[in-house]
Amino acid sequence: MQTTTPSSLASVANNRDQRVPGTNLLGTGLETRGVHAWFGKKHVLSDVSLDFAAGTVTALIGPSGCGKSTYLRTLNRMHEFIPTAALAGEVLLDGQDIYAPGTDVTKIRLKVGMVFQKPNPFPSMTIGENVLSGLKLAQLKKSNTDDLLESCLMRAGLWSEVKDRLGEHGGSLSGGQQQRLCIARALAVQPQVLLMDEPCSALDPGSTFRIEETISELAKSMTIVIVTHNMQQAARVSDYTAFFLSDGGPGVMVETAPTSRIFSAPVDKRTEDYVTGRFG
Amino acid sequence: MTLLENQSAAIPAPREITTKPRLSDQIFRAIVTLGGMASLVILGLIALFLSLKGFHILTEEKFSFITESRWEVITGDTGNIEESNLGIGAMLVGTFLSALIAISVGVPIAVLSALYLTFYARGSAKKILISLIDLMAAFPSLLYGFWGFFVFMASAEYWAKLLNKYLGFVPFFDVPAPIFERSPFIAGLVLAIMIIPITTSISREIFDQTPLDRVQAAYALGASKLSMIRAVVIPYGRGGVIGGAMLGLGRAMGETVAVYTVLNIVYQINWQVLFGAGGNVASLILLKFGEAGPYEVDALMAAGLILFILTLLVNALADVLINRFGKKGR
Repeated sequence: MQTTTPSSLASVANNRDQRVPGTNLLGTGLETRGVHAWFGKKHVLSDVSLDFAAGTVTALIGPSGCGKSTYLRTLNRMHEFIPTAALAGEVLLDGQDIYAPGTDVTKIRLKVGMVFQKPNPFPSMTIGENVLSGLKLAQLKKSNTDDLLESCLMRAGLWSEVKDRLGEHGGSLSGGQQQRLCIARALAVQPQVLLMDEPCSALDPGSTFRIEETISELAKSMTIVIVTHNMQQAARVSDYTAFFLSDGGPGVMVETAPTSRIFSAPVDKRTEDYVTGRFG
Repeated sequence: MTLLENQSAAIPAPREITTKPRLSDQIFRAIVTLGGMASLVILGLIALFLSLKGFHILTEEKFSFITESRWEVITGDTGNIEESNLGIGAMLVGTFLSALIAISVGVPIAVLSALYLTFYARGSAKKILISLIDLMAAFPSLLYGFWGFFVFMASAEYWAKLLNKYLGFVPFFDVPAPIFERSPFIAGLVLAIMIIPITTSISREIFDQTPLDRVQAAYALGASKLSMIRAVVIPYGRGGVIGGAMLGLGRAMGETVAVYTVLNIVYQINWQVLFGAGGNVASLILLKFGEAGPYEVDALMAAGLILFILTLLVNALADVLINRFGKKGR
């Protein structure tokens, strides 16, 4: 990894628009209390408590295997798809525990959307059908789908590129366009929170730039949590950064702070070592 | 020389790209080619044999061989054939009907079983069910025939009567006389049970391969299990299910012993599936082969040839269907 000085990343973080929590009316956001995760007997995540204030972007950074993706997947209950997966602690959305007995998990996932590392449009559907697929999948009624289609593609920064080819299959787009299509698809069901699991790791710099623009635009209307390996990206897009680390045991959340402070004056020595490129 | 001419002169002709294969590769290639060709050659030889033996029957009996429904050979004192009336019309209709019933009953059950095994069954129940179904696919068909005759017939007869009572106004479900035993309907149901395991097995394999990222994409959008299956699994698996159904259809059309055991073989074209009369081509061959004279044996070969061509047509149709509908969701 290229060695970067914390101050250069801090200046990147400082030069972006600063968002302050609580300045908009987007609900109370997402909180986790003492989240642990296991795969079988393996304890992979230990005691993570974090708040994601409504209308902010939080980056989760850390080396591979530190549990940050696992943690992200506990936030919309995708964690439980792995057959041996187990979990302890609470994830509160608007103050309600999403793991509470009797919860309809499909309703949770409508409120907490997700964009994956690898673009995964539905190949049997057209571009337009892909964007609106969430309505069909979740059996939501929507009267004016044309407007919704256009606004989702606009917000995902894809409209101008695809407006004349909405009937083509999703697979005909480039990787970066496919990923923005997946973002548009996630937006169509109007989530409160959007989780992004290394959304740019398979993309070229140009597409990455477009997606980062999209994230900044989206943060005006929703809460975003993004896992990234790219610290420049964390500095460019996030208001808060949480650093995860595993020393061979379960991953822990070492430190969380406003992004500019994580890169300028981290409290923990391990955070400093990581953000200055000494390891990881 | 202008710049443009200069440029075109600079573009070389494409080179031939070759590689020198290793000896081990060459040997393996030869073995694989041999194996691949062997099945084709054997298939060709079977077709050739059936044609050589049966073709003169087709020229003598002409079109009536597939439209008429009689099986009469009158031999003179010297053993020469004085008159022959051979036709497999009824058997073709029976083949078609019983296979159609088998597919329309068997495939939906097989697809549901495959979905259950892939997405709902858990743990050891899943493992046991999967190996049971694979075992059932390998069962000798005679056992299905026996079971159909001794156990299943009574219930199926009852269902046939119900169908006739309430849907008898449809010509398909009408009967000329109240004989419901040993009908194409019952044979079709036994065939359905026979093809369920193979179709289930193939459908399950293909459902199992549904890309996880698409499954997760659907769930992340708030899909229920049902809507995920409809939006992701079915489009992906459609081609495989059609392929499995066609394999089942092939088995149903060519099935001999099970049909022979259950069905009442009558030389009369019968479209009324609930009526106890019918037969299929394969069971006719089994019935007649033991007692047939040389001319009749050739006629049975000709019947075999027609069944062979029919099976090829079904497989060709399967390919067309898979190309038309199967690739879309991949």
